[in-house]
Amino acid sequence: MSLSLSLNINGQMRAVDIDDPRITLLDLLRERLELTGAKKGCDRGQCGACTVLVDGKRINACLALAVTLDGAEITTIEGLAGEDGLHPVQAAFIHHDGFQCGFCTPGQIMSAVGLLAEGHAGDDPERVREQMSGNLCRCGAYRGITEAVLDAHRTLNATAREDAA
Amino acid sequence: MNRFDYIRPASVAEAVAAATQPGSAYLAGGTNLVDLMKGGALRPDCLVDISRLPGLDRIEWLADGGLRIGALVRNADLAHDALVQARFPAVSEALLSGASAQLRNVATLGGNLLQQTRCPYFYDTASACNRRAPGSGCDALQGENRSHAVLGWSDHCIATHPSDLCVPLVALDAVIEVQGPQGSRGIPLETLHPLPGDTPHLETMLSPGELITAVRIPAEAIAVAGHARYLKVRERTSFAFALVSAAAGLELDGGVIRKARLALGGVAARPWRARVAEAALEGGPATAEAFARAAEAALADARPSGDNAFKIELARRILIRALQEALAGTPEQRPALPASPFAPPSGARHVA
Repeated sequence: MSLSLSLNINGQMRAVDIDDPRITLLDLLRERLELTGAKKGCDRGQCGACTVLVDGKRINACLALAVTLDGAEITTIEGLAGEDGLHPVQAAFIHHDGFQCGFCTPGQIMSAVGLLAEGHAGDDPERVREQMSGNLCRCGAYRGITEAVLDAHRTLNATAREDAA
Repeated sequence: MNRFDYIRPASVAEAVAAATQPGSAYLAGGTNLVDLMKGGALRPDCLVDISRLPGLDRIEWLADGGLRIGALVRNADLAHDALVQARFPAVSEALLSGASAQLRNVATLGGNLLQQTRCPYFYDTASACNRRAPGSGCDALQGENRSHAVLGWSDHCIATHPSDLCVPLVALDAVIEVQGPQGSRGIPLETLHPLPGDTPHLETMLSPGELITAVRIPAEAIAVAGHARYLKVRERTSFAFALVSAAAGLELDGGVIRKARLALGGVAARPWRARVAEAALEGGPATAEAFARAAEAALADARPSGDNAFKIELARRILIRALQEALAGTPEQRPALPASPFAPPSGARHVA
């Protein structure tokens, strides 16, 4: 069975033929499109290392069958930085030491980008922690991660205010 | 994962026709199904992708004041709908207490109702499980079973239904709309999941090919909006299934309970409506003594299925706490940790 998909990946249209409906979005990205930023941790939707944005929303790429996503817009960690440098969430993770080994970091950052777009956490660290609970960090860098998300929230709000002014 | 065919029908009628074939399974968000297929617990021959069927992703208010939620509405969209929050706050709180933000963005209403138990022996294909492989036995009976059922179980299966959402939904008398080869029908959600008896593999009352298209919550259920809570005890702070949960809604007339709506989660193979406890409360005063009597009544038939006697007392206490919080009034702002008995709405910290 051959299936043709059209995907917008990090702003680029990609035509992808897959021969097996079992291929997950995560395997498609990592094994066929050489985008290895999204990590395979548990591969069962429990650790969040594979988090990417699909049509602007954070999801677990390991539980999404690629064949179901024809026409979708996908953003991975590789597509986050702009020409001017790092995305504010990436910069905040570095500034606040939001990682140690780094394996979960692409998923943490994509999840944080999704969280900030959802806009339900505000500047409340309790809400940030709760809404980041789908991303595990075995190094235990949670304090830095929470501070980074809160800092990025402030930065993005300030930028939005400047843009509005 | 086994090999399977993949089809994407264009209409509900086409989907029903395809899924009536033996070995077919509906695929919506896939957050439970794909996981089960990766472990080999489910091995469908054909996935019928319904995720793009038109018209099933709407939240509609009906002329009679009730709510109709399309089966493909995502958990996050339902939970954050402003009117749903205002009129059915326990539904919103239950949704937000479940899974992770990533999963809530994908998981659908219909899939939530039809999700499988999280009994580890169901997932482990090397274990005996009457639910997965009829007649093979139940390894949970003598296994790690501290999280298993205390109500309505049998010697053939002691699994629980894991949904948070279903708990307030049954308390609110939700009805599911179903489309099948014989046409459409409505089924009270309370009867969707049969108790295991000696046929635990019969997981729902749906016939082959029948598709859940929507869930309706009747207008009368709005009457408890001002006094409604969902509370959930879990093994870790977030992203965990309920050991025990409770939905409570009260309609008050002065200090007297005109109508009570109560259901328990994590205690049985179905979301457990506590009708005896409701009857014990209705017409009487909303007092601590009345709540304690109601909790006794709700768990009167409970018995441990293994190393889980603690869940019976836990269920009584969480039911009483849910009633106390419902009496105090639905919080204006949702707590930072939804449904946590440890997180008062004042915003106090729930972790050090």
